[in-house]
Amino acid sequence: MKRDRMPYIPPAERATPDLDSGKYLLMWQGPQHPGITGNMSLRLVIEGDTVVDCETHVGYLHRGFEKLMERRSWMQNFPLVCRIAVPEPDFNEYCYAAALEELSGIQIPEKAVWLRTFSLELMRLASYLMWIGGQAGSFGHGTIIQWSATMRDYVLDLFEELTGGRIYHMYIIPGGVRGDVPAGYFKHVLEVMDTVQKNLDDIELVMYHNAVFKLRAEGLGYIPPDWIDRYGITGPNARAAGIKRDLRKDLGYLAYPQLEFQPVVGSKSDAFERARLRLQEMYQCIDLIRQCIDLMPKEGPFRAKTPNPLYWKVPAGETYVAAECTRGEYGFYVVSDGSEKPRRVAVRGPSYTHAVSVMERLVRGVNIADVAGLMVSLHTYPPEIER
Amino acid sequence: MNELAERLARRYDAEGWHEQRKDLASISIPALRVRDVLAWLRDEEGYKHLSFITAIDNIERGVFTLTYTVRNHDTKHSLMVHADIIRENPVVDSVHLLWEQAWTYQRELKEWFGIDCPGSPRKDEEFVLEGWDQLPMMRRDFDSLAYSNATYAERPGRVTHDPAAYMKAQLYPEADQ
Repeated sequence: MKRDRMPYIPPAERATPDLDSGKYLLMWQGPQHPGITGNMSLRLVIEGDTVVDCETHVGYLHRGFEKLMERRSWMQNFPLVCRIAVPEPDFNEYCYAAALEELSGIQIPEKAVWLRTFSLELMRLASYLMWIGGQAGSFGHGTIIQWSATMRDYVLDLFEELTGGRIYHMYIIPGGVRGDVPAGYFKHVLEVMDTVQKNLDDIELVMYHNAVFKLRAEGLGYIPPDWIDRYGITGPNARAAGIKRDLRKDLGYLAYPQLEFQPVVGSKSDAFERARLRLQEMYQCIDLIRQCIDLMPKEGPFRAKTPNPLYWKVPAGETYVAAECTRGEYGFYVVSDGSEKPRRVAVRGPSYTHAVSVMERLVRGVNIADVAGLMVSLHTYPPEIER
Repeated sequence: MNELAERLARRYDAEGWHEQRKDLASISIPALRVRDVLAWLRDEEGYKHLSFITAIDNIERGVFTLTYTVRNHDTKHSLMVHADIIRENPVVDSVHLLWEQAWTYQRELKEWFGIDCPGSPRKDEEFVLEGWDQLPMMRRDFDSLAYSNATYAERPGRVTHDPAAYMKAQLYPEADQ
């Protein structure tokens, strides 16, 4: 069966398999399963070893961040927002901080603009290193995760040196960043970038030229280009289908307009193409980090004056601030009624689309052994669905 | 973009165009025109990408304000389309036939706010919550603190401070003297 020839079935007209017929098997993948990228589960209906139906189930984390934020002051919310997406908390910090600054009319110093760009690219690299281990592991390739987890740890060392934290950094704060770079820091960064780049060369040889990986990933999870707008697909999943969209270019936020890069675009739109594209984006991250270090002002303030956080009343208004994270469009919709607490904060994570509507559609017709590989190829992260 | 505001006003009685940034604006439309306006924006004006759907509980005015954020990738412009619906028996047209991911947002609206979108697939299925029998949790009149106090036991030895008063005492002890 050609995977890209599966007939399109909209959710409302989905076939309902008769589970009493004895022809199908109902099974759950997750929430505790090595093939699930976070606390989420897939309710799969299997015929033989082929998936005929899938439902995504979330709700295992019991968090309710958006409700909690309505009861807390603007700055009290700050330690919450980074916890919405563990692999790349900095994008949450940036979107929330930028929304507050926009509503409050705060201009951040140029050095803070560059330090934010630098830390977001470093975060992107760490997130991709985590992803590539999962992608290889989901196809039975256990060596890569050993390498990429080590490389990610080196990057987390850099975060620890810069911010004091390895996972949650709380570095990008309203008004700028929390601190300047320590002495000799960029020298360490460049050394780590050289090490990671060399390791990526090895990963490319071992993983991307591996026959098993190619055979299983090619043709798996094909996303037709006309699905991109229909399903709201963004990020590498859209670019692998030949759609040249990258919010870093399209919105031109932070220092990205001053950096030289072009969005990486693919064409085949299957799991292998998405993996290939993300590898190229990892090299691009390293290049952007080096560019940031070269172009960043060496002197100057890194934080603007902000109101007393205990009594900060953000002027009434609303805004939506989006950024390009590793998985696509990440955004914060923030509404203020002029008080000391947000009226509403809504988080738009790319996994909301990729892990539910797209995943449920793509997994039909896939071999049960390839479900994990397909899911990781969409780079989903369930906690950003359950905000 | 003001031309778009004029066209929306002429065709759909839209009002309150507000330019938040050069790449972001908002406008309010009558709730009965939601599907028409979004279909027109998608098919005629190039706003093909639905970023998200959410709601704000404006309990003081007795309405939920729905927000549909759409993007035109050619002009790099995003538009937040607002529509007010009454809080009592809140119902709005479903847009799941315009965008395939919209049904998930509408399922969330039902569970979190109690807003019904008739015809939206699986809208009555549990989404994030399980066995929830309280007011929809994102409504302003759902008191999460009272619910927490009534549902969960207090941990022995736990002390709670008012954050502002506590931090003020820590940071500016002389102010209290």
